[in-house]
Amino acid sequence: MLYQTYLESDLSDQFERMRRQMDSLFGAWPSISSIRAAAAGSFPATNVGASAERVDVYIFAAGIDPNSLDIQLQQNLLTFSGKRELKSQENATCYLSERFNGEFRRVLTLPEDIDSEKVEASYRDGVLHVIVQRREAVKPRQIQVK
Amino acid sequence: MNESQLTQAGKSEVPNVQGQPDRDIVLRPAVDVYEDGTGITLLADLPGVSRDRLNIQVDKNNLTIEGQMVIDMPEGMESLYAEVRGSRFQRSFSLSSELEVDKIEAQMKDGVLTLKVPKRSELQPRKIEIKAG
Repeated sequence: MLYQTYLESDLSDQFERMRRQMDSLFGAWPSISSIRAAAAGSFPATNVGASAERVDVYIFAAGIDPNSLDIQLQQNLLTFSGKRELKSQENATCYLSERFNGEFRRVLTLPEDIDSEKVEASYRDGVLHVIVQRREAVKPRQIQVK
Repeated sequence: MNESQLTQAGKSEVPNVQGQPDRDIVLRPAVDVYEDGTGITLLADLPGVSRDRLNIQVDKNNLTIEGQMVIDMPEGMESLYAEVRGSRFQRSFSLSSELEVDKIEAQMKDGVLTLKVPKRSELQPRKIEIKAG
């Protein structure tokens, strides 16, 4: 029993760390809005992060058939479109209907130095994650002092 | 930064262990709620939340849905643009007594939670047959 408790608290510490890391990353950033930004609350919400090697795009699109998504990258413009069709509820009283229903299309400007040939996308737990590698030349190089 | 603009209703103001104000940003998931003869169905968008990071609690007449979003982030990543500014979802609903809380069924698929809350069987509408006279 002690062992189990220890494991649980260890796990929850891990998640707490992860949560703080994520919140500090996306929460504390000054809100510079893109010229292609969509209105607040648009579906799907999107986050973009960058490291020296790659650019990560997170598209928060729960309940979508990944095969229905169309993702295109032209130079540094990432366009994605698709649709989410919610089951219509017949003979039911609807109290709240906040979830997005229908077609969507969004365009994101990515940094200029991405390599549009090196893109991969995956869909897990309702998040579409697009990874685009950056070109070699722009990665910071360490200069050895002889 | 203006905290009140970023946070939503339900944000905890309780100081954390270090005595710092809790700066936790709670995301409020979009939901659909509808009712038919058998009960209430609630659908909630919780992108990035897997089944094991989801917590559904019923306390007396309150139903609380909580989920922790986990996304894969590389080392040294900086944010360029963010519309989702937190990673924890939470939303509560009050239930009513004709609902059978111990028979709630939950299903999670692709970041969408489906909760079915059945009505007590004796309270489900019955069609009254009219016998031919």
